[in-house]
Amino acid sequence: MNLDVISSIMTIVGLSTPILLAALGELITEKSGVLNLGVEGMMLLGAIGGFAGAVLTGNPWLAVIIAAMAGALGALLFGFFSLTLNSNQVATGLALTIFGTGVSSLVGLSFTGRIVAPFGSLFPAVLSRDPFWKVIFGYSPLVYFALIMVVAVAWFLTRTRSGLILRAVGENDHSAHSIGYSVVGVRYAAVAFGGAMAGIGGAYFSLVITPMWAERMTAGRGWIALALVVFAGWKTGRLLIGAYLFGVLMWTEGFAKGGGFSAFLPIAQSIPSQFWAAMPYLMTVVVLAIISSRPSGGGNAPACLGKPFLPSN
Amino acid sequence: MAILNRRDFVRAAGAAATLPLIGSRAFAQEKLKVGFIFLGPIGDYGWTWAHNKGREAVVSALGDKVETIYTENVPEDASAVPAIRDLANAGCKLIFTTSYGYMDQTIQVASEFPDVKFEHCTGFKRADNVATYNSKFHEGRAVLGTIAGMMSKSGTLGYLGSFKVPEVVLGVNSFLLAAQKKNPAATLKVVMIDSWFDPPKEAATTDTLINLGCDIITTHTDSPAALQILEQKGLYGFGQGADMSTFAPNAHLTAIEDIWGPYYIERTQAVLDNSWASADTWDGFKEGTVVISPYNKVVPADVVAEADKIQAGYKDGSFNIFTGPIYDDAGTLRVKEGEVISDADLAVMDWFVKGVESAA
Amino acid sequence: MRLRLEKRPEPSRLMLVIAPIASVLLTMLIGVIVFDALGVDGQRAVLDIFVTPLLASYKWQDLAVKAAPLVLIALGLSIGNRANVWNIGAEGQYIIGALCAAGVGIAAGANGGVVIVTLMVLAGVVGGAGWAAVPAVLRTRLSVNEILSSLMLTYVALQVLGYLVGGPWKDPNGRNFPATAPLQPDQTLPILVPGTTIHLGVLIALILPFVFWAVMARSVFGFQIRVVGSAPHAARHGGFDSKQTIWLAMLIGGAMAGLAGALEFTGALKKIDLGFPSGYGFTAIIVSFLGRLHPIGCLIAGIMLAVTYVGGQLAKISVHIPDATAGIFQAMMLFFILASDIFVRYRLRIVRTQKVAPAMVPGE
Repeated sequence: MNLDVISSIMTIVGLSTPILLAALGELITEKSGVLNLGVEGMMLLGAIGGFAGAVLTGNPWLAVIIAAMAGALGALLFGFFSLTLNSNQVATGLALTIFGTGVSSLVGLSFTGRIVAPFGSLFPAVLSRDPFWKVIFGYSPLVYFALIMVVAVAWFLTRTRSGLILRAVGENDHSAHSIGYSVVGVRYAAVAFGGAMAGIGGAYFSLVITPMWAERMTAGRGWIALALVVFAGWKTGRLLIGAYLFGVLMWTEGFAKGGGFSAFLPIAQSIPSQFWAAMPYLMTVVVLAIISSRPSGGGNAPACLGKPFLPSN
Repeated sequence: MAILNRRDFVRAAGAAATLPLIGSRAFAQEKLKVGFIFLGPIGDYGWTWAHNKGREAVVSALGDKVETIYTENVPEDASAVPAIRDLANAGCKLIFTTSYGYMDQTIQVASEFPDVKFEHCTGFKRADNVATYNSKFHEGRAVLGTIAGMMSKSGTLGYLGSFKVPEVVLGVNSFLLAAQKKNPAATLKVVMIDSWFDPPKEAATTDTLINLGCDIITTHTDSPAALQILEQKGLYGFGQGADMSTFAPNAHLTAIEDIWGPYYIERTQAVLDNSWASADTWDGFKEGTVVISPYNKVVPADVVAEADKIQAGYKDGSFNIFTGPIYDDAGTLRVKEGEVISDADLAVMDWFVKGVESAA
Repeated sequence: MRLRLEKRPEPSRLMLVIAPIASVLLTMLIGVIVFDALGVDGQRAVLDIFVTPLLASYKWQDLAVKAAPLVLIALGLSIGNRANVWNIGAEGQYIIGALCAAGVGIAAGANGGVVIVTLMVLAGVVGGAGWAAVPAVLRTRLSVNEILSSLMLTYVALQVLGYLVGGPWKDPNGRNFPATAPLQPDQTLPILVPGTTIHLGVLIALILPFVFWAVMARSVFGFQIRVVGSAPHAARHGGFDSKQTIWLAMLIGGAMAGLAGALEFTGALKKIDLGFPSGYGFTAIIVSFLGRLHPIGCLIAGIMLAVTYVGGQLAKISVHIPDATAGIFQAMMLFFILASDIFVRYRLRIVRTQKVAPAMVPGE
């Protein structure tokens, strides 16, 4: 058995981070009662926005900010239709995915074949390249950012007044409205935050993993991020665990195909690779069934998820 | 909205990408229209990019007699049928369909247009007006394998594949057999990612191959993702389909380039001469279809010499990597000493040689 | 003065019809502008995308074959959407439907003929409905949100397809390419118009909208669906069982998607490979909205969307529009139609603010 465990952990972190970033954004969006199915589209907007930003400015930090703005712009478009004009959220979210895919491909035409330096670890090489310590210091700043955001989002949702208002808007929009909170305003902010995070998640592909632009380069990770929010039962801590669990599953597929299990777990070699690829989605359905069947009903799912807000006045 | 007059309609229905013909040129003899169906965008720096270079070669060689039309991003499903038919309706007399997945669609449209010649890339179904052509990419893999065998420190090599189809199997076997001639203990870990294009998965799988001990990895998927990972880790790899050195200036040792120009020019000329006939063409180094990119400066001189020797051997016909004895991955002798696997057998090869480690 | 939205007492029937047409026209107009900005002959491109496929007779067969699955799936989905049941997993049900048809075909071996083909198509219907039954059970038994569960199951279906066509069902003569063996001729749907690709499925997609229309307008079932969707409380008082409605909506949606998959397989593609799922199930959601959740609307909208596909293909050749713009167009059209909904339910009023003295608003 010749496996570099430290490097494997780093591979898993790399697989998990973009879906964790996007899912954190979608969590806030859904907590406000809005279901935005356009995560994949927003990630692609972020991926091309970030890459274009890096090519044009040469500064990876600016690139990440541009990626966040690109994702947020897509989200605001979704917000305008679904929140201001009260269009159906499911259909509008799907339209956003189609739109984001198209726009990113179109913008990307002029960035195909360009390269930028990878947005890698900022720690000194003695730490980031050390065979052992790289497991802590060897990542792109976006990895640490994602972890900080887990704490920040958890703190925001449970410990701040704004978080309470956000949850109130998602749980019972009419009551929140009658106490005098702007339901639509809160939801706009939540949707924009979701877009920004999805954008940064997309930029992780085009700036960190493979610093280049390729059409549809997120290859469906936005849908996994959507699944992750549900899998986590709309809880921040579980979101973190779930992201890394999904990362392990994605890693397992390649590991099994590379013959990694043959030495110590031969039975795992006979499992078709599609099984590993389907697992995140299957597990999500199971978790969804478990949390929905609890007496509290729907667990932590926001009561107003996906429903338009129509003030009765 | 403009009212659609008859001329517009004819123009639209013809749907030809005609550049406006000015003055007397309009009365010149009608040019032969040649159509191309492309799988990806022409800017993919890979498969489609190379085919489009071939199209451009036709224009520069025969531009006064020929006009080319192309459609990019054509999916390999039922919608390829109208895409191919559109080219025929636009007046193309020769149509190149440049991916395996257009095979049945090409045959279907060809039956509707008996006077149009079709050329299908990498397929095996032919008709009176459908020829097939392919490139012996695996000859290039023998060069890469030679380099990998000499430069790998661990002797564990990696192969990032798409599907276990003959083209990929040939690449795998050719690569490892060549490496084993330089390092008999060399082994090759092969992972098929079930896709030709999925950058995140290509990147993660490359990571995993590295974690499993591979220090030189070659790819048979379309994006430069693997090379970028190798660049970040300070390891080596090869470009696929085109020179990808801009994506990984240090990791990119060399690349197999697909050069379709000579074939496209030859077949277009055949239509002009009325000598076109259905055939199955499988060219390689000798005909100039497979070309090796300039070597990276980190490749030592003795390795360059050995690599060049393989190329020269293919060009003069003195070398063939599929010469016995060859054992399969179960250890059975498949090809006896001195025997050479025929092209017909290569075209359906579905077994790996000894030393390949693959899950399925 | 300012603009104000005022709720209409009744949805405007006029707007219901005008809105989709206006959306398409607006999309065309923006298309001309955008293409010109991109340096492409905008008028020509938009004509090729939206008009040529309807006028050029040689494109009609492509149009028909492309529209058929969209219409069929959208018909099923619009039932659910009317009842506020959100099945967005039609893509998965389409895939499973096709796979079930393929399974029957493979089991039949060398046998073919009308009976076998009919069985294959029926298997598709049952398979699609079966895949949709999972979210239905979860919703009615455990109140699991069907939007999320049906979406997740789509990705499971994709992997099932990948496993079958790359494993047990792989064509033994297919040189290891992940695809089923092509269907033998007597296991395929008959071609309706000789010399074209127009198969029996196209006729089915043309007839079913009228059947659905009749059922929705005249039957108790149609009434139930409408009431449950628009006034769930009233429905409960009226004795309509909401669980039963969910079941029916999901099963019909799944059955139609499965039917579309089976017809596409036996009529158009004749084999299943990894390219088989081409997004019809998702696009049909757009179609059902564009068609105003009305059966005949779905028929027209399905043809409309097919026109943009076929036309987009034409424009790629004629003026070299970038491939990506086709998607932007569809998204734009959907955005507009969704947005225009507001004019169906609301009317725009110019309201004069009371405090302003008349002298200060000269001429407006």
